[in-house]
Amino acid sequence: MLGETTSLEIRTPEGVGFQIPVASPFSRCLALAIDYAVVVALTLITTQVIRIFQTSLSAIPIVGEIIVDFGYGATILLQFLIFTFYGMITEWLWSGQTVGKRIFRLRVIDERGLSLGLKQVVIRNLFRVLDILPSTFYLIGSISCLVTRHCQRIGDIAAGTLVVREVTPSAPSFGELLATGENSFATQPHLEARLRQRVSPEEARIALDAVTRRNELDPDCRLRLFQKLADHFRSLSDFPDEITVGLSDEQYIRNVVDTLFRRASV
Amino acid sequence: MPEKEDVIIVSLVILDLDKFIAKERPYWDELRELLRLQSDDPSRRPPLQEAQRFYYLYQRTSADLVKLKTFAGEVETTRFLENLVARAYSFLHADGGESVPFRPWHWLTRTFPSTFRRHWIAFALSIGTFFVGAGFGAAALAINYDLKADFIPPQFSHLNEKPSKRVEREEKQDFDSFQGRHQFSAQLMTHNTKVTILTMVTGFFYGILTIVLLFYNGTLIGVVMFDYITDGQGLFLTAWLLPHGSFELPAIFMGGQAGLVIARTMFGWGTNLKLRQRFARVRGDLLTLISGAALLLIWAGIVESFLSQYHAPQFYPWKIGLGAIQLIGLIVYLAFCGRRKKRNATEEA
Repeated sequence: MLGETTSLEIRTPEGVGFQIPVASPFSRCLALAIDYAVVVALTLITTQVIRIFQTSLSAIPIVGEIIVDFGYGATILLQFLIFTFYGMITEWLWSGQTVGKRIFRLRVIDERGLSLGLKQVVIRNLFRVLDILPSTFYLIGSISCLVTRHCQRIGDIAAGTLVVREVTPSAPSFGELLATGENSFATQPHLEARLRQRVSPEEARIALDAVTRRNELDPDCRLRLFQKLADHFRSLSDFPDEITVGLSDEQYIRNVVDTLFRRASV
Repeated sequence: MPEKEDVIIVSLVILDLDKFIAKERPYWDELRELLRLQSDDPSRRPPLQEAQRFYYLYQRTSADLVKLKTFAGEVETTRFLENLVARAYSFLHADGGESVPFRPWHWLTRTFPSTFRRHWIAFALSIGTFFVGAGFGAAALAINYDLKADFIPPQFSHLNEKPSKRVEREEKQDFDSFQGRHQFSAQLMTHNTKVTILTMVTGFFYGILTIVLLFYNGTLIGVVMFDYITDGQGLFLTAWLLPHGSFELPAIFMGGQAGLVIARTMFGWGTNLKLRQRFARVRGDLLTLISGAALLLIWAGIVESFLSQYHAPQFYPWKIGLGAIQLIGLIVYLAFCGRRKKRNATEEA
């Protein structure tokens, strides 16, 4: 369950619908671990820098002791500021990303699919104080993530945000999808034209889906699916036996898809 | 059958995916490049011509996505276009209202006090809950003084000491050249800010935890006040608490006020808006209240560590005077600052 994700469905004012995959609780935990490591590292570095100043200036008469004490105070303040503002600053500067989120390709967005506003960034990070309870175990935030549809912690609900996966799909290369070899149907252009007339857009879409998703199917399911599809399309086509003999069901469907999608003339 | 023929013609046009992709691909690539430029530099403001081109490309790609979804089922290209449209949509519909530059003086003299006044009922409830808690603490101690140790948390164990003994010891202390005061001040600031933020965010649980926290803090103060006053140390108590308490307590009340605003947002009384919309309405006010409280706490932290903790009796009048001036100043500021003059009917006309 922790690895499963849902999608945020958006419909724009222009009437276009699209989906954005929501980040899973597991990937968010990993990003959070990285962010904690960064916060700890920043805190350690800051503390060490202040220590160096304290050591070098402590020998000054009268003010030396005050500077040392001031250094301790500054350390406490800076630790608090780093913990509080790390998420705010990075998410604001990197449009919804922290170091951990960048590494795991996650991003905070507005729950309507818009980019983040400053108020949203601040509110979701302030609510972290509640989400990390009890102590720093993140129990409240985790429960909230698990029970909400879009895996939102309480800070996300208050700020109207959610964390999504950044998907960078490869640019489409349609040619690779279709028949790898020679399409034997192409030798019968008049029968191809008749097939195009008989096939509805829905049927064409089903055939194309089957071809594009064939590698996601179990071998048995794949065989049965292409057998059913091939039987159906054979009933719609008039290709002679000499060009269909020896074709597997899957190759038959790939030829059909090739005929429907690639060879059609405008 | 003309209708069916129309469908077939349309489907043929769209079903030629290869040609469709080849034709539209340059526009998609151009949009992707513009998005990359924006992603590399989020603060970049594109020139008008580029913005117009961007909008055209967004519309064209959106239309391509609709065509592809309607007339073809090619998954890879659909996902590619969905990603492009989602990113472009997010960029185009960014909240323009937040590009108004922040004006600190305006915020301090207008925004903060007027926001505070807008939610005065929540503040009254917050302060009321606190003092009910204080009354409870004082009453409990009046009934059974032995309960004192149960009310005082471990981090304030020094308060278990009899007040008159502490006063006797503290008043004899010499000035310590601010030894350890910076550290103490920083601890107070961070601790009180955390408490105030927690008081605010717990309002998410319909205000129950906010009320519990306010009541609990009130109980603690009630116990301490009762203890010092009944031991004849009212002057010491006033000189000790008023200089920083005049800012610290109102700041915590403001945290409670923000928490109760969140609680009201959760309940959604008097509105049929969704939770998301209700939160969007109060988000700015919450930030204003908590920022104002944080500013008060910074000053309170400095005063508490550098002034409140010095208990030389000759400074009592000065300390109480400063505390009183601060409190009155804060009340006047929050009550009157940034009020717009009401126009009378003649001026309106």
